[in-house]
Amino acid sequence: MTELLDVRDGTDPGTSVAVLDVDDLNVRFPTSDGVVHAVRGVSYRLQPGEVLGIVGESGSGKSVTSMAVMGLLGKSARVTGSIKFRGRELLGMGDRDMSGVRGRGIAMVFQDPMTSLNPVYKIGHQLAEALQTHVPDMSDDDARRRSLELLDLVGIPDAKQRVDQYPHEFSGGMRQRVVIAIAMANQPDVIIADEPTTALDVTVQAQVLDVLRAAQRETHSAIVLITHDLGVVAGMADRVMVMYAGRPVELGSVEDIYYRPRMPYTVGLLGSLPRVDIGERQRLTPIQGSPPSLLNLPPGCPFTPRCPMSRPNCETEEPLFRSVGAEHGAACHYSEELRDLEHSAEIFDVTSTDAGLPSDDGPQAIDPLKDGPVGSTPEPPRDDDDGARIPTSELGTPAGDRPHLEAPANEGPGYQ
Amino acid sequence: MTTTAERTPGPDDDLIMKVTDVEKYFPIMSKGVIRHHVGDVKAVDGISFNLRRNETLGLVGESGCGKSTTGRALLHLQPATAGSIVFDGHELTTLSQRAMRPLRRDIQIVFQDPYASLDPRMPVNSIVGEAMRIHGLWNKESTERIRVLLGLVGLNPEHGNRFPHEFSGGQRQRIGIARALALEPKVLVLDEPVSALDVSIQAGVINLLEDLKNRLGLAYIFIAHDLSVVRHISDRVAVMYLGKIVEIADTSELFERPAHPYTQSLLSAIPLPDPRRERARERILLTGDVPSPANPPSGCRFRTRCPKFANQLDDSQREQCVNEIPALDDRGMGHDVACHYAEVVDILA
Repeated sequence: MTELLDVRDGTDPGTSVAVLDVDDLNVRFPTSDGVVHAVRGVSYRLQPGEVLGIVGESGSGKSVTSMAVMGLLGKSARVTGSIKFRGRELLGMGDRDMSGVRGRGIAMVFQDPMTSLNPVYKIGHQLAEALQTHVPDMSDDDARRRSLELLDLVGIPDAKQRVDQYPHEFSGGMRQRVVIAIAMANQPDVIIADEPTTALDVTVQAQVLDVLRAAQRETHSAIVLITHDLGVVAGMADRVMVMYAGRPVELGSVEDIYYRPRMPYTVGLLGSLPRVDIGERQRLTPIQGSPPSLLNLPPGCPFTPRCPMSRPNCETEEPLFRSVGAEHGAACHYSEELRDLEHSAEIFDVTSTDAGLPSDDGPQAIDPLKDGPVGSTPEPPRDDDDGARIPTSELGTPAGDRPHLEAPANEGPGYQ
Repeated sequence: MTTTAERTPGPDDDLIMKVTDVEKYFPIMSKGVIRHHVGDVKAVDGISFNLRRNETLGLVGESGCGKSTTGRALLHLQPATAGSIVFDGHELTTLSQRAMRPLRRDIQIVFQDPYASLDPRMPVNSIVGEAMRIHGLWNKESTERIRVLLGLVGLNPEHGNRFPHEFSGGQRQRIGIARALALEPKVLVLDEPVSALDVSIQAGVINLLEDLKNRLGLAYIFIAHDLSVVRHISDRVAVMYLGKIVEIADTSELFERPAHPYTQSLLSAIPLPDPRRERARERILLTGDVPSPANPPSGCRFRTRCPKFANQLDDSQREQCVNEIPALDDRGMGHDVACHYAEVVDILA
């Protein structure tokens, strides 16, 4: 276990003063079909002032993890493990005590700025509410003055007029600035930002990320930045945690993750991104298939069905999360083999087919297609005259031309 | 496969679609019993471009810039209020819905949301075959053809009798593509076809679209807000802002030598998935938000947010931006740009 502690921390475990310490967090949702195990053993430590990026595809458990930290999960959720904020255990804490932590200790910025602001109250009222909840003897004048300061800080022009407006009078980017202002109102130790810029256009996203950086400078908060955008993480985070099927599969410094990934899933994610800064047209290396259902997950590594490196023992034995370098950990039996990897295409196929239906690979998942042939999609035969064009009219002709048509180019000759 | 020779634009007789000064205004009506026409939302305000055979034209811009409306106008789904769209020798803007129908075989669309664009009560075979039935092309070979189409988009033809809910997002988008290909179109309008998908899934659909274009000789209008995807897939790119094209050029030209301040700030705003480069970059931050298309700024529409207008121009130069609408012309850059003070800046170097 010591190995693991070294990794999830950035520092020596003995001297660590982690502001947030999540250990073996598990979240299960009982449903009529069985238990959905949404978070499966997430552990991380957040140092003061640090930015931790959490990336993963939809359904990988990144949002549920942060909702568990905030104590915002519904009653039906079964949460186990430990979440310590400044040494205080948050799991099992009463709602009244938790309210003291929310906003003041840990604040949250949600994805959709329209639904996270109350449409019937003025912006100023909502800011003052956040302030006065935690400092009950703050006068209304002081609250207003502080609200104006905060709005200035997040770059809202004409704060004096804007403070008396309603959320609908603000654009999406401006609303998200207000949400950030509310989050930083009480100088929290931790700000959890869950996809804070996903709903925004790129030019507005750049502005809002700038505001988030300014907020961090001002409050010295640590930030947990949850996103699916690997570009945003590259620019903001100190450390990155990659999640897949409810558990961290890789955790390391931002340089380790982007330049020295040790988990095939991370390699696949990076290889499937088109790059705006690279001129030559490259073929992308998608990860075939879909993430598994978290209902009655089979034993073994959940990435096995999509993993180009999988071996028989991957199906039976889930790899432990272990150290693969200084402050760098990964959950893969064969992470050593990725040490000298130059490009994702060395392990992933450049393909355009779809490997199969979601959860086609296991009879155990919630699978409306249970009767379907398991892993049935055959690997299409390689087409020799790959670049050759087939006139559209030929599409209709049956049988004779089929093998030709059924072979979507499996290999991009243009790949470099 | 994708050599430079293939990406070089062909001669003009290769044109499949010619769009000239297309406008799409949505009327604003006053409130009350008698509703007066009080103004227009100028969603698309005079855009012109050409599409060649087997070419991918990327249409990029932020939300509300009119890129999707342009796509719908091309299909005559929301007929343009002015201008001309010539497709393969036919003028589309004056056609009635009935006269348009045979031409719909040649121009098909793939929508953004793969969950909303497939009828949940129809099995995949019927979804893909529906267009053939509507156009009276159904015959005894059609069942086989649907299997071929499903195979072509990388799906298992055995799954044709299943319903959309049984498929993942990426697979539904493939079904949407198969449906669009069923009538052997010449032009495919792809309206944000991958933005609803996770990155690992998105890559497979992009590869599929590239393969289909090369194998079937299709032309694409690729509408997207993600410039990385657009650079990857397009031969030429048009950048839109508030209903107008501000810059149009071959892909490599546009990304390596952007000349319009808006294109430049757009490129500089994209986060790069490469920590060292991303942290070393200088950002051109735009201030404010996109103005309302009901009441766009006079002269150059970008001037209210333009960093060049704010920081580099003197008052007399600014006057030109305020009073004179910049035309989309070649200003010595080798490509068309709509800015009085266009200047090439390499943003991504």
